[in-house]
Amino acid sequence: MLSKTQVVASPRNCYGETLVELGAKNPDIVVLDADLSCSTQTCKFAKAYPERFFNCGIAEQDMMATAAGLAYGGKIVFASTFAMFATARCLDQIRNTICYSKLNVKIVATHGGITVGEDGASHQALEDISYMRSIPDMKVIIPADCIEVCEVIKYAANTSGPMYIRIPRTNLKQIFDPEKYKFNPSAGVKLRDGKDITIVSNGETLYEVLEAAKMLHEVGIEADVLHYPVVKPFHHIALKESAMKTKKVVVVENHSIIGGLGSAVCESLSQYAPSKVYRIGTKDTFGQSGEQRQLMEFYGLTDKKIYEKIIKFMDVR
Amino acid sequence: METFTRAVRSDCLKMIHSAKSGHPGGACSCVDILAVLYKKVLNVPLEWDKAVNFKERDRFILSKGHASTALYATLAHCGYFSTELLSGFRKLGSKLQGHPSSRTKLPGIEVSTGSLGQGLSIGVGIALALRLDNIKSKVFVLMGDGEMQEGSVWEGLMNANSKKLDNLVVIIDKNNLQIDGSIDDVKTLEPLDEKLKAFGFDVYEIDGHNYEQIETTLLEAKKSNKLTAIIANTVKGKGVSFMENNASWHGKAPNDDELKKALEELNAK
Repeated sequence: MLSKTQVVASPRNCYGETLVELGAKNPDIVVLDADLSCSTQTCKFAKAYPERFFNCGIAEQDMMATAAGLAYGGKIVFASTFAMFATARCLDQIRNTICYSKLNVKIVATHGGITVGEDGASHQALEDISYMRSIPDMKVIIPADCIEVCEVIKYAANTSGPMYIRIPRTNLKQIFDPEKYKFNPSAGVKLRDGKDITIVSNGETLYEVLEAAKMLHEVGIEADVLHYPVVKPFHHIALKESAMKTKKVVVVENHSIIGGLGSAVCESLSQYAPSKVYRIGTKDTFGQSGEQRQLMEFYGLTDKKIYEKIIKFMDVR
Repeated sequence: METFTRAVRSDCLKMIHSAKSGHPGGACSCVDILAVLYKKVLNVPLEWDKAVNFKERDRFILSKGHASTALYATLAHCGYFSTELLSGFRKLGSKLQGHPSSRTKLPGIEVSTGSLGQGLSIGVGIALALRLDNIKSKVFVLMGDGEMQEGSVWEGLMNANSKKLDNLVVIIDKNNLQIDGSIDDVKTLEPLDEKLKAFGFDVYEIDGHNYEQIETTLLEAKKSNKLTAIIANTVKGKGVSFMENNASWHGKAPNDDELKKALEELNAK
């Protein structure tokens, strides 16, 4: 399933291109944005199908309720802006209108996590997964490379109901082999087999985790690497089996350690396979300005930092 | 019409009394508007299973979801569902939730509302979808004046104008009161008519308890190809003297004596 080539691509471009591709096949697909269409790349769809693109301006609450109305009118609705503004600003509309009425709205939020970079804390969504995960009937998906972004967007278009899909600002290194990759919405995916420790991740940190696992291998630690693009509904079987084998679990995510994938893992393990869990992410803090890679390093999300933290964690045990 | 609205108002109060909670004031202020809408204006088949598949039906959104009793009783008395269901209002397992829920599949409820300030934008979305599908029916959104304090309402008004919608009719149940008192004291909306005009709406101002005026204006709005707002001047708690223009009846259930007195008054008319 893993790619043999080293390609780097923009997930936002992939998103925009996939929308255009889907729009050609299905006239019911409509796209909304809140004045960030060049950044989210929904501008590609706007250019191809102007009559099916609605710019709601800098008004996210209006955008989400309008998206709900379009979905009620039978459309497959993609609504995009930055993760910061796609969640907190319009949480009530998402909960009380989109999810309560179970409407077919796909919120595709770009610029998720700390890697927004120089814009700083006001634009770095570190709590969005926590918000979205807690709303009934909301599915939450965080793809890890551009191959997966395309497949997840296609899955979203073909699957009814509310969905939150988070993609980062950063370009992503290719992880999956496009010939073999298939998105599985109902299971965690094992990408590496090991007996000593379980590492769970998704999004842009998955690549770092895979690199860290290679470094661990060099010192004789074999990691089971699990990819969990679907944070909700959380499918526990792969995690349970791995944790029962290794007894030690590390979660790495570009999000606060409160409420995100780390919390989902803890909730699941507390029920199915109680284990010691170490969560790597931002720690109940706001972000700050900086270059993407600098920030990843500062918050402990690079391959080397993950490796070092895991070595320490194994020692403590 | 008078007999119909008397029955609806009576049922609103009985439901709220039985549930020991609810919103009589804002329900009674919009009963006459709802009656005219459902009896004279909206094209919505009575059999809801058929209606939802009838794309040409008009759409109605009760943005002020707390007036749910008025909508439920209107729908029941029109024949969308049995009036026997009304007694379940706000009770466990009932399709008649405190605020309208599309989840319970109650006939006549298009989308869930209750959190104020969202109905207009939902209506804009539905109107856009209808336009894309080249369906000529209209979307009617009934808002409270109080909820216009929500900023998202003005985002929605801007969007409706910006998208040049000609299939959206906004009705404002302007009873001038909100929970904490007079709207003018809390946070004034005035001059509402000028604001709506400035936002690109064709504005009508009517007496929201005058059936003839309501009917004429709504039918005109239905035919119009302009973005329309109707300011309906109403009385909160209309029909029950001790509730009229009294903000304390926004969200309070009448006790046994109060219900008896209110029903006597309504039926004496």
